Amino acid sequence: MLIKLTGGTVYDPASGIDGQQQDIYVQDGRIIDAPKDGRPVDQEYDLLGKVVMSGAIDMHTHIGGGKGNIARTLLPEDHRQDPVHRTPITRSGNGHAMPSTYVAGYRYAEMGYTACFEPAVLPINARQAHMEMGDTPIVDKGGYVMLGSDDFLLRMMTANKDQKAINDYVAWTLNAAKGIGIKVVNAGGISAFKFNQRKLDLDEQNSHYAVTPRQILQTLARAVQELGITHPLHVHGCNLGVPGNLETTLNTIEGIDGLPMHLTHIQFHSYGKEGDFKFSSGAAQIAEAINSNPNITADVGQILFGQTVTASGDNMRQHANHRFASPNKWVCMDIECDAGCGVVPFKYKDQNFVNALQWAIGLEIFLLVEDPWRIFLTTDHPNGAPFTSYPHLIRLLMDRSFRNDMLATIHPEAQKMTTLASIEREYTLNEIAIMTRAGAARIIGLKDRGALSAGNFADITVYTENADRQTMFTKPDYVFKDGELIVKDGEVVKVTWGTTHIVKPDYDLSIEKDLKPYFDKYLTMKLGNFKISDDEISEDGRGSLTAHPLRGAA
Amino acid sequence: MTEITEVPSPFCGIGTDDLSIRVDGTTLKVTANGCSVNKPAFEQAIADTSPRIAGQAASLEAAASKAAELLRDTNQPVIGGCATDVNGMRALLALADKSGAVVDNLNFSNARRNLLALQDSGWMNTTLAELKNRCDLLLVVGTDLEAFAPRFFEKYLWNEESMFLDSTANREIIYLGKAPSGNASTSPTGQKARVLPCADADLPNVTAVLSALVKGHIVHAQNVAGIAIADLQAIADKLKAAHYGVVLWGAAALAFEQAELTVQTLCSIVKDLNQLGTRCSGFPLGGKEGDQTANQVCGWTTGYPARVNFARGYPEYDPYLYDTQALLNNGEADALVWVQTFNSSALPPKTDLPTIVIGRSGMKFENEPDVFIPVGTPGIDHAGHAYRLDNVVAIRLKKLRDSGLPSTAEVLTAIEQAL
Repeated sequence: MLIKLTGGTVYDPASGIDGQQQDIYVQDGRIIDAPKDGRPVDQEYDLLGKVVMSGAIDMHTHIGGGKGNIARTLLPEDHRQDPVHRTPITRSGNGHAMPSTYVAGYRYAEMGYTACFEPAVLPINARQAHMEMGDTPIVDKGGYVMLGSDDFLLRMMTANKDQKAINDYVAWTLNAAKGIGIKVVNAGGISAFKFNQRKLDLDEQNSHYAVTPRQILQTLARAVQELGITHPLHVHGCNLGVPGNLETTLNTIEGIDGLPMHLTHIQFHSYGKEGDFKFSSGAAQIAEAINSNPNITADVGQILFGQTVTASGDNMRQHANHRFASPNKWVCMDIECDAGCGVVPFKYKDQNFVNALQWAIGLEIFLLVEDPWRIFLTTDHPNGAPFTSYPHLIRLLMDRSFRNDMLATIHPEAQKMTTLASIEREYTLNEIAIMTRAGAARIIGLKDRGALSAGNFADITVYTENADRQTMFTKPDYVFKDGELIVKDGEVVKVTWGTTHIVKPDYDLSIEKDLKPYFDKYLTMKLGNFKISDDEISEDGRGSLTAHPLRGAA
Repeated sequence: MTEITEVPSPFCGIGTDDLSIRVDGTTLKVTANGCSVNKPAFEQAIADTSPRIAGQAASLEAAASKAAELLRDTNQPVIGGCATDVNGMRALLALADKSGAVVDNLNFSNARRNLLALQDSGWMNTTLAELKNRCDLLLVVGTDLEAFAPRFFEKYLWNEESMFLDSTANREIIYLGKAPSGNASTSPTGQKARVLPCADADLPNVTAVLSALVKGHIVHAQNVAGIAIADLQAIADKLKAAHYGVVLWGAAALAFEQAELTVQTLCSIVKDLNQLGTRCSGFPLGGKEGDQTANQVCGWTTGYPARVNFARGYPEYDPYLYDTQALLNNGEADALVWVQTFNSSALPPKTDLPTIVIGRSGMKFENEPDVFIPVGTPGIDHAGHAYRLDNVVAIRLKKLRDSGLPSTAEVLTAIEQAL
């Protein structure tokens, strides 16, 4: 079937197109050049006056994996606030802070998103992550596999194994757990907490393995680089949420020696300790460090006010923060000598000084980082806020007077501690398209996505131009996924199943000579049973795998 | 005849995956690492292979169509049991969503004791590999652990080597409440577990005193439920001195009124110890007959663990109201679907309502259900996934033989499509 999208105003930064009126043709799920053979168009959409972008990509959102399900189970009262009815084509479920998987897929699609990436896939819990993502309809998905507090890596580092051996282990794990990148959370810190260390700074040794977070980050960043994985090492730094952690973050940027590194939810790592409350904004220094280090990318992890739940692998920091739990209940787990998790509900309040300043810090970082290709729009769903708040966040970035109106309502002392009012920048539609589409596809290494040029998959979102950007981005007119119309006027009209994006770096099979006896002796699963097979993703007929080439590969 | 090694078990809850099984046609024989739970469960012979409608053999298509007919005009069907694998649960929830049914896992009233504690105040828990490599003090509360899982001690406490202990034989085991039924808890060097016995019904008092002692409160009594306060003080001190203590309980064993408050006390002891500067974790048992699987899949599909009602077009959770037996007793249900693919002796509750059974081959009924569809067992007749007791690790179940039996997912999907 030949589909023609006629006369829309196209924002396609990957192709250098910034608001030009042009037609787009779609056939067999892909975008094609205008046919020259006079074939008839089967379906035409008149998009005059509409804004056309590729489908949005959330490069960091917790939509799959055990911690999300703990969060769901923990918060029945939250679900009761947001029941979602079954329709003839969609399943019922629940929404808000940690929606059920079906609802997450529908709501992402209804906002114009066509791909979402789970950033904390514990290797031992990867099956669950893939099963949850497998029950998340419409959107494509993928995961970053979490290393850095796993016993095997730490003992390799203690034993001074060479980088080649570590690369083999990293590649083996990535293949076994079926991920597209490598994530590290509080490097070594989740492990340290199990030995009763309650904090771990960048150059502090894990008491058992005698390695430091800096060494772990360097080792894993090198592995990612040398294996040719496109997505840079995805780093949740040390000292999350600690006043003064700005210094740690700056040291982390400096300490990576120019290797590519993505700093996630950087808002939570950008705090000074100035002022009467010993808590201040480090946004300017962080933004300056990002601006001057082209190897660094970041997503913000914006907080927005209201009830949410934080769900993180960083149980060292989550345990420290449990006293702020609202409602007052929380879960921490140590997991399989591999990782951990902590789930702590939070209610961010605009009249709480710290929360209000956190809100301002996130926005300052967005607005002070100059290059939209290196900063990404996230709330670290659900940690900073549920993903459904993205249209509101987009308006805050695009509309200075709205932003300042909001600023005027927050805790007065926080207003005094932020330079937000003086920042004049307003994001353009093209910049929004970069940070939520083109840049995201590029940094994840997605081929054929995030752009509207011929040959790409036809993931396309169409909005009605509206000066109120929150309204505009809340309810797209049309969303196409792989060439099929799946959302019309902000509502799902067809349910499809996206693919799972992975990479398959090569490794020396002899790594299993070390791993097999290790599994037999210490772990609770046989090596062969640990590895996730392709058919586990695809056997129910909905899922599929898309392996992306490595950097430098043809 | 083939021998399949490294076979994972969906039956024991502890995720054993080192079984060797000899397959001869459709006959299975556990040749290595069997136990009193796994061996009979794997070796059970296939009996029925054909569906029945009112006791008469029927095709799968006809049986699914009849099941759909029985469900079509119901107001409040109940899908009980929920003992199946991940794909089975996925299909079960799809059918429930479409038919407006209650979904209720057969072990939910036990698991509820944990879920209520979790949903009220949370917990700090751990998983098997952490226990295997770190635990230097295990406090077992009110539970006969080796009866639950015969190989638990052998695999996870008396393992030859651990990552972080000089010798696993030096681990200290203390039973509070129930005494162990055998000697599995005795260390390889002959060190017997310490047992502080009390009646189940006294555990609320005993754990409350232990909680007070952990917090450093002064207790004036000399004993509680026959246990000397000094002995409980010694446990509190040991928990504080341990590098990584683990407090273990089986919710099913805590069969007394408002046992969730005792679970909550145990969870608060663990949290207090961590607050006071020691590492300690909780460890609830469970994971048999697919109960963790049911709660996990229901969790991500609906937001709630597996006792939900879809009657209003969206899932509603009530840990008491949507109990299968209560709904049947109160006349609130008008059809019963019973799903039990692991255990052929776990029969549906007695009822005069239209009844559809999706069950493990070999079920013997006192009252023949309106529809019976024998299905394959996950991990024997088809591949699948099941959660083990620590609720984090999903194991990949293998297909061991060609029995021709359909999976639960295939059958429930066929009913849903016929609806």
